[in-house]
Amino acid sequence: MEAILKGRNLVKRYGKVTALDHCDFDLYPGEILAVIGDNGAGKSTLIKAVSGAVVPDAGDVWLEGKKIQFTSPIQAREHGIETVYQTLAMSPALSIADNMFMGRELRKPGFMGKYLRKLDRAAMEKFARDKLTELGLMTIQNINQAVETLSGGQRQGVAVARAAAFGSKVIILDEPTAALGVKESRKVLELIQDVKSRGIPIILISHNMPHVFEVADRIHVHRLGKRLCVIDPKDHSMSDAVAYMTGAKEPEQTAAA
Amino acid sequence: MSEQSANTDYESASSNLNETVAEFEDTRKGLIGKLQHVLHVNPALVPLIVLVASIILFGMLVGQRFFSPFAMTLILQQVQIVGIVAAAQSLVILTAGIDLSVGAIMVLSSVVMGQMVFSYGIPVELAILCGLLVGLICGVMNGWLVAYMKLPPFIVTLGMWQIVLASNFLYSANQTIRSQDIEDTAPLLQVFGTKFQVGGATLTLGVIFMLALVFTLSYALKHTAWGRHVYAVGDDPDAAELSGVNVKGTLMSVYILSGLICAFAGWAMVGRIGSISPTVGQLANIESITAVVIGGISLFGGRGSILGALFGALIVGVFTLGLRLMGADAQWTFLLIGLLIIAAVAVDQWIRKVSA
Ligand SMILES: Nc1ncnc2c1ncn2[C@@H]1O[C@H](COP(=O)(O)OP(=O)(O)OP(=O)(O)O)[C@@H](O)[C@H]1O
Ligand SMILES: [Mg+2]
Repeated sequence: MEAILKGRNLVKRYGKVTALDHCDFDLYPGEILAVIGDNGAGKSTLIKAVSGAVVPDAGDVWLEGKKIQFTSPIQAREHGIETVYQTLAMSPALSIADNMFMGRELRKPGFMGKYLRKLDRAAMEKFARDKLTELGLMTIQNINQAVETLSGGQRQGVAVARAAAFGSKVIILDEPTAALGVKESRKVLELIQDVKSRGIPIILISHNMPHVFEVADRIHVHRLGKRLCVIDPKDHSMSDAVAYMTGAKEPEQTAAA
Repeated sequence: MSEQSANTDYESASSNLNETVAEFEDTRKGLIGKLQHVLHVNPALVPLIVLVASIILFGMLVGQRFFSPFAMTLILQQVQIVGIVAAAQSLVILTAGIDLSVGAIMVLSSVVMGQMVFSYGIPVELAILCGLLVGLICGVMNGWLVAYMKLPPFIVTLGMWQIVLASNFLYSANQTIRSQDIEDTAPLLQVFGTKFQVGGATLTLGVIFMLALVFTLSYALKHTAWGRHVYAVGDDPDAAELSGVNVKGTLMSVYILSGLICAFAGWAMVGRIGSISPTVGQLANIESITAVVIGGISLFGGRGSILGALFGALIVGVFTLGLRLMGADAQWTFLLIGLLIIAAVAVDQWIRKVSA
């Protein structure tokens, strides 16, 4: 099977720090790929390099077999790649609905929308409310409240809802449950399964091993800026995975996929 | 996997929960808290209250004279140029920038319009177009340096201010074009001075233009995607970029628009003072920033409303005229405006605590 999203020899340096060191990456159609690794291993940099948020210094990326060179996240989005960044990427002073539709706002039908470019607030608010309800984010009272007035977990929920609502080819989640409560984390895991059942592959970065082992089809172990190995969660234990990513144990050569 | 099932057990405790949107009684901080919230949602409310209060105050101090159509006319006429420039300044400050070159661009544009007609004999319509183009080009340069070269707006526009001002003096050879000459040869240059009678008050086209400009921009900022992007860029440019906003394009559009609006201000200024002189309008940058700050727009970007800037400009106008009618020393105006600026920033900080 051909990878839907593929990276080869990706290099990214920040001054003297090498965040990505000739890293390879493969995401196959319809799968949930977990990416695990220590803090600073370069996981976020890797997904940024494939989502247009950083331009790699070297290496190539292919989407559905076609070589791509994104220079901005907008281009990745136009290709159906939707990302929840670790920093969430929300405008604090703007409302939930504004944030969900940032860069793809809906305009009113007819004259007002066409010539006066008036936004269709009602439609955007309804959509945002529906998506949050699907995620079980019932504690958000007002869809027009500024994002800065939400709790950290609520913000994360909004970011996940945004990605799930608009991603059509690949959805990337960089630690989507880090700030979430038990119930909300469960909802996000359900959402991930739901997205998968729609046939859309997901990249999930997480430090939460139970979550990773529960949902992932394959686990990409990242260490010192590159892919150390890819393991199957059915054949390995969580302690194996942790041992690989911290360098306590070397993976058997055959495990690399 | 055993660790896994043990791990999900505790989650079942929340399985039969209530799936409706949470509602709470909003009794949080009493009246003050509610006020704080209302002001947070409607940032132009504070300057509006101050404006109304100052009109009432001066009305009581000065007497009936202050409520006359004549006084209102005077205030609007005096405020029009600052009001137009403050609209440009508001856009830039909403993106967390600042434009120190607004006044210089305004003057240069008016000088170019005059020179085109009087030195080169170009038809006045074309001359005006040239003047507007000059403002636009200044805006392009500011925008390019800020958006693409990533230089701080304060430094870029500080430099541009000096460059434009010097070009203006060099180019015009410090000459003033007299009002009478303009009236005879190119009256279109003074078109913004055209007067209307509205219920005893005299409005000029310049005043109408200022109001129309502010209301149009207010609509665009509130109800179009571009407006949302301006706020997002001022709020957090990195987040805006990641969430799909064309940050560079938005910054460019704002600085270009600012330059163009300043050029219109230059045209309107000819209507206001009649003549064209390279030495006028030196304080327009400071006056516009003052109006914006008193109007409650945050200098840190992303917060405030352009209507506030209009109210800010009007507040300054009311104080200026009120104190003059009372026969006070003009320095009192500056002193009180200074106090207002500091008070406005303090109020801004207080309102922002809602979010903290
Ligand atoms: N914008 C940046 N400027 C400079 N260095 C950076 C930048 N972003 C990342 N780095 C460096 O690159 C390395 C990899 O960072 P990255 O954020 O990809 O790690 P990570 O695996 O996502 O870690 P975490 O689990 O903590 O999120 C780190 O050493 C970090 O210091
Ligand atoms: Mg990270």
